[in-house]
Amino acid sequence: MIVPYTHVILLAALLFWAGMICTVLRRNLIMLLLGLEIMLNAAAVAFVGAGLHLQQIEGQAVALFILAVAAAEVSVGLALIVCIYRQTGTLDPECIESDACELE
Amino acid sequence: MSVYSIFFYLIAAVMILSTALAVTRKNMVHAVLFLVISFLASALLFFLLGAPLLGILEVVIYAGAIMVLFLFVVMMIRIRAPEGSGFLLWHYMGAGGLSAVYVAACLLLIRHAGPGTGAAMAAAVAAPADFGQYLFERHWLGIEIVSLLLLVALIGVLHLGLSRAGRRSGKGGAH
Repeated sequence: MIVPYTHVILLAALLFWAGMICTVLRRNLIMLLLGLEIMLNAAAVAFVGAGLHLQQIEGQAVALFILAVAAAEVSVGLALIVCIYRQTGTLDPECIESDACELE
Repeated sequence: MSVYSIFFYLIAAVMILSTALAVTRKNMVHAVLFLVISFLASALLFFLLGAPLLGILEVVIYAGAIMVLFLFVVMMIRIRAPEGSGFLLWHYMGAGGLSAVYVAACLLLIRHAGPGTGAAMAAAVAAPADFGQYLFERHWLGIEIVSLLLLVALIGVLHLGLSRAGRRSGKGGAH
């Protein structure tokens, strides 16, 4: 016997919240993508926990798809970030569109 | 309290602590390394929850490939100015509002949780062979779609890199 299902979901919820805060509050494109990764991982944890709770293998299949989608997303995202950095010389999301940061 | 639940709470503590440290670090290399610890712990959690194949894939893909990619990019890019920390009030208000909505949704879900969610779960393991057979019997179309998605991502990344290199060489030829 392992722990109750609610504890697994609570752990996933805390991890998702950490990723959300990282995405919203950090002013850095790489940290923003890192927050997305944390959120995807939390979703995978929740799916595996739900699969064990319902005694279904379906949850693990969805977690596998989440893993693959995360790999695709991060490769394209990092390539875009490198492109943006080469063109604008900054990683601050607020400085990309406008020249406000250079005027300061 | 069985030995499994002790393991679970230990792993959960490591995951939450290392993720919190990763989110708050100023130095991005430290953040990525803390996140590697978090993903290794979640691989252990997958083993504990009866998904050994997913645990191994988590180590190989998440902690191995994705985080090393992040590390490459972080080390390739040299940031001139340190990350601005001067948050405006509406940044915090946005984060607080989002958190409030999130906590409300969580509380609503906990209140309307189905029966049997408070009882300890029975341990079960999906053997990698069974899991793979299930995956290719029931989700073969999903597997094909995901492989196509990875191919499209590969072509997209190649295009982004090649167009940049081509533009630079064109610029060099004009001089």
